[in-house]
Amino acid sequence: MAEEKKGFSHDTIERNTLLLIVLILITVSIGGLVQIVPLFTIESTIEKVDGVRPYSPLELAGQNIYYREGCYNCHSQQIRPFRDEVERYGHYSLAAESMYDHPFQWGSKRTGPDLARVGGKYSNDWQVAHLVDPRAVVPESIMPGYAWMKDRPLKYTDIQDHMKTLRIVGVPYTDEQIASAKADLEAQKNPDADTAGLMKRYPKAVVANFTGNKGVTEMDALVAYLQVLGTMVDFTKYQSPKQLQQ
Amino acid sequence: MTSATLTPGAALGSQRVSENVRYYEDAVRLFVIAAVFWGVVGFLAGVFIALQLAFPALNLGLEWTSFGRLRPVHTSAVIFAFGGNVLFATSLYSVQRTSRQFLFGGEGLAKFVFWNYNIFIVLAALSYVLGYTQGKEYAEPEWILDLYLTVIWVLYAIQFVGTVMTRKESHIYVANWFFMAFILTVAILHIGNNVNVPVSLTGMKSYPFVSGVQSAMVQWWYGHNAVGFFLTAGFLGIMYYFVPKRAERPVYSYRLSIVHFWTLIFLYIWAGPHHLHYTALPDWAQTLGMTFSVMLWMPSWGGMINGIMTLSGAWDKLRTDPVLRFLVTSVAFYGMSTFEGPLMSVKPVNALSHYTDWTVGHVHSGALGWVAFISFGAIYYLVPVLWKRSQLYSLRLVSYHFWTATIGIVLYITAMWVSGIMQGLMWRAYDNLGFLQYSFVETVAAMHPFYVIRAMGGVLFLAGALIMVYNLWRTAKGDVRIEKPYASAPHKAAVGAA
Amino acid sequence: MDLDSITVALRSFWTVWLALLFTGIVVYAMWPGNRGKFEDASRIPLKEDGQEF
Repeated sequence: MAEEKKGFSHDTIERNTLLLIVLILITVSIGGLVQIVPLFTIESTIEKVDGVRPYSPLELAGQNIYYREGCYNCHSQQIRPFRDEVERYGHYSLAAESMYDHPFQWGSKRTGPDLARVGGKYSNDWQVAHLVDPRAVVPESIMPGYAWMKDRPLKYTDIQDHMKTLRIVGVPYTDEQIASAKADLEAQKNPDADTAGLMKRYPKAVVANFTGNKGVTEMDALVAYLQVLGTMVDFTKYQSPKQLQQ
Repeated sequence: MTSATLTPGAALGSQRVSENVRYYEDAVRLFVIAAVFWGVVGFLAGVFIALQLAFPALNLGLEWTSFGRLRPVHTSAVIFAFGGNVLFATSLYSVQRTSRQFLFGGEGLAKFVFWNYNIFIVLAALSYVLGYTQGKEYAEPEWILDLYLTVIWVLYAIQFVGTVMTRKESHIYVANWFFMAFILTVAILHIGNNVNVPVSLTGMKSYPFVSGVQSAMVQWWYGHNAVGFFLTAGFLGIMYYFVPKRAERPVYSYRLSIVHFWTLIFLYIWAGPHHLHYTALPDWAQTLGMTFSVMLWMPSWGGMINGIMTLSGAWDKLRTDPVLRFLVTSVAFYGMSTFEGPLMSVKPVNALSHYTDWTVGHVHSGALGWVAFISFGAIYYLVPVLWKRSQLYSLRLVSYHFWTATIGIVLYITAMWVSGIMQGLMWRAYDNLGFLQYSFVETVAAMHPFYVIRAMGGVLFLAGALIMVYNLWRTAKGDVRIEKPYASAPHKAAVGAA
Repeated sequence: MDLDSITVALRSFWTVWLALLFTGIVVYAMWPGNRGKFEDASRIPLKEDGQEF
């Protein structure tokens, strides 16, 4: 093999594999470092707004169903600062509004409408009826139906593990929130329950028996999540820095 | 261990090496078979979900067959299963020949990578259908599958880089630079985008460390560079080996290929934020992304010119060799989509195109026209060589495949241009009284005819692939179709077996 | 100097770095002494194929 070593005497890129590797690694690292690292360190990346809170246990379970069903394939959650989008969907999206989304669900395609502020736009009954059979409510819709989800019991025995994991990655769930997770989850689906604690821990959470089922179902969770989307920030107190375009 | 097969003189650059260098090809054959298989599966999945958008009853009301769960099956099948197996096959084939060296780690390692990568693909597809996903486009596999893929990828990297390092050829050929950039960068991207904490070690669910705006930036740093390094750099490696090989002439300008390589990998890595224009991502990052995306146009076209001009002085081969036509047309599509891409990254254009089918059309002009066409060309080249046949079963069938697929692509991308631009304009249209003219669902209804046309384009593309399967199967069997000679030109029509 | 202004300064530095890098690559690629080397390299794929193991 001795003759193979001759490559090292020619200290040029196209003969030295390791040098080539090092140069490739440097070259492809620069862009990522300059673009990504500052997002974590610069204060202005996420504006300071009041009202954004971690998801309630039921909303969190609903978000996980949103992930699971791949809703992001057709729905965005990111309103751009354009006149038409603001009129159609509401105030343009702020970075703070998705700060507890692990991962983000801004989406890349609007086969269906943006959902960043769908919360409160339709009644709970409409949401359930639409998820069960979209074309019964909106004849032109091309969305899949999720009738099977309506009566499927939600698995939430491990909801505290989810919240603890989210705390590791930076969601500020308190010990109290984690301790009362199961009770909070059940209370949010039961209008007759004592929800004072729930509402204190999770202001603006929508409490309802969404599906009318006895136990908590997957669709209860999903609708609870949809109904809180975009409703947390109080925009009467927020001064928008961006000019609308178009 | 290897010097027995080589004389010391073989290491000298320009000297022709004529002694027996023996290469491993069993694993390459497996990768080719898998690529063809997954190509058909992926195209079929694409046709099916395209039909779901035109006829939503096809979602079947079952949880496993909804668009949301099947779309990742389609994207993973075409990108990682089809594209991945093509890249494994072509890179492991050409690195041996351009290094004058058999595979580092041997056939066993290559087969190990083959089986495990394809098991990974099957597990990933099953997991999507069953509802396990990270919720990030093109990065859906959950943490345990990500770890599995990381191990496979490291082994592949060791095999490829090891082969380059133990080469008998003094230069590292430029195709191997591209393959190496592809392998290393995809490793960085995959790891960087999948830093997650599992909820429990026995479950599939995990949460990524980053959230919101940072999560968006990391995801599109990954997502765009998956296009840049998996679907571009890797397939440019194919271009730089298989186009010269099939055209039987060296690349047009080796100097240009060096400039192409370094500028491409430097610029690509910055372009991710153009997926996040006008979002909550800070403006400085959006501006950086747009600037670098526009600059990226230059190296991309440098590469296209280099690929196409390799045929200068031998243009007649395009007429006589449909395999070469696949290869060269793919480079032309590469040029087209790398012009459209920078255009769409300009913010005012993006304001219209983003969230619409225009993006989908753009992706497919690259994916079908560039990635799939160059893959078809390379596969048509490889199969007669790997199965030791003097020629393909039929060049005419290659030509039928070419035209069927090309018409399919044209239907696909024109339908998406029209529907995308139309929907973008409808969203922002106002009536005389200053109200939004269309409700959202009216814009959805307007898409229907174009979704039907798009699905037809997909059917044609799939039909072309099936013609290829038949042709390759007969080729492997050793059959030769009785047909009129493909070209009357004096050139040898079939140069498949070199 | 806070972090924001450092980032801004760094960002303009990358433009300079990019220009230098690009010039370097072009000079390297066009350097007359490298000509023969590149011509050799470009013929690598056209050398004879070996046999299968």
